[in-house]
Amino acid sequence: MANRGEIARRVIRTARRMGITTVAVYSEADEDLPYVREADHAALLGPAPPSQSYLDAAKILRAAQEAGAGAIHPGYGFLSERASFARQVIAAGLTWVGPSPEAIEQMGDKIRARNLMAAAGVPVSPGSTEPVLDEDTAVAEAKRIGYPVMVKAAGGGGGIGMSAASSEAELRAAFATARSRAERFFGHPDILIERYVARARHVEVQILGLADGRVIALGERDCSVQRRHQKIAEETPSPGVGPALRERMLAAAVRAGEAVGYRNAGTVECLVDADGGDFIFLEMNTRLQVEHPVTELVTGIDLVEQQFLIAAGQDVSFGPASLPASLPASRPARGHAIEMRVYAEDPVRFLPGPGRITEWAEPSGEGIRVDAGYVAGNIVTPFYDPLLAKLCTYGASRAEAVARAREAVAAFRIAGPKTNLAFHADLLASPEFAGGDYDTSLVARLRP
Amino acid sequence: MAEVRAEMVANVWKVVAAEGQPVGAGDTLVILESMKMEIPVLAEEAGTLSKLHVAEGDLVQEGDLIAVLG
Repeated sequence: MANRGEIARRVIRTARRMGITTVAVYSEADEDLPYVREADHAALLGPAPPSQSYLDAAKILRAAQEAGAGAIHPGYGFLSERASFARQVIAAGLTWVGPSPEAIEQMGDKIRARNLMAAAGVPVSPGSTEPVLDEDTAVAEAKRIGYPVMVKAAGGGGGIGMSAASSEAELRAAFATARSRAERFFGHPDILIERYVARARHVEVQILGLADGRVIALGERDCSVQRRHQKIAEETPSPGVGPALRERMLAAAVRAGEAVGYRNAGTVECLVDADGGDFIFLEMNTRLQVEHPVTELVTGIDLVEQQFLIAAGQDVSFGPASLPASLPASRPARGHAIEMRVYAEDPVRFLPGPGRITEWAEPSGEGIRVDAGYVAGNIVTPFYDPLLAKLCTYGASRAEAVARAREAVAAFRIAGPKTNLAFHADLLASPEFAGGDYDTSLVARLRP
Repeated sequence: MAEVRAEMVANVWKVVAAEGQPVGAGDTLVILESMKMEIPVLAEEAGTLSKLHVAEGDLVQEGDLIAVLG
């Protein structure tokens, strides 16, 4: 398990149920975390900074080989979307629990991915078809595309270095920022400029590329609750997507997967316009998504289990034979699920607030699932992302899921680090979220 | 004399200003990094950066002294 925190723990849980022996890797900062204890074996990688631990491919491969591992699950973030790492894993004779390095590469470059999707008949927004390498080209491209535009690292992800610009002056500043972040975080400077849609929902489709070559879609997730272009809460189904649009989006996501011969779990991210009439392709994430639990809650499918089965060349557990031969095969979902990301950050300005956890009491009960990376006594360090836990609720209806979420948020006790639980309480109490008619600017309105 | 302190546990990613340098209100002195976020530490008032207490790569705790403005 080439990852840490809640996702390492979550993957270990399914692996154990399947009878797979697990090996955790950890940095000096993480040795007390529960996932290290819960794995069958654990190997120390090195000092806390990611470059010397979870991003050090050679150390992770060495740990895998010394432990006699047969496969590597990359989780999300870190090395999960590095084609070169996937290649090294395969070359070392291990099974890579993810898509082919070629698919990662094709989708990892956002410009290539956009061009590929457009060719496959998936709608994309007006934008650059080649990497933008200097400021003057950026200005010319923005003029051609039309303001406002979004400026992002072509090789990036996680909202890092991304910003919107509505004038040439803003564009020049956004370009400089995106450029420096692109080099620092993603190792290459290519920039993508595309039309920015201010009032839109961020909706993504979960796909699975099966071992037999078919690609299926497992419904959508609405991820419009964001701060700094990063998700805070997600839900499925999306309140802004009707049956006709859903059918079109799932079909497009299947085509996107088929265009790259996709195997394993992936996510096709789209923007849906405010009135729910149309959508455009944003990018594809070639890995398990942070918010995958909401899909699991409404489908009853363990996505990590399917990842292992597909990687082993086996059928998925829910019987692909029962799926219609003609795709798209959207599997019927039941009920409604919401995920709230509990971050170690203050609930007003969303600034990091690491620290030692002196109290940790998770809510429990019907329709509540908590995927947590920490327990009381752990230290939340500044070295990694602020995700402490994912608090998920399920209900037969959206109203029931929201009501359970309110109770669960109120019952979650964390002391020590700062947390955004108070923000989630405000979000769930807001008429806009409760009504379901919201877009990506919701958080800015709740926290002006 | 004005003391500039860390608002949170963080790593010092970049030192932007140099000791002895005049700074204006709002100028960036150093850039901290915590939980994958860059946090610029700004001079609240104009003055001279008389002492810098951190170096790139340092880990600072909440309340630690980062710089003194004279």
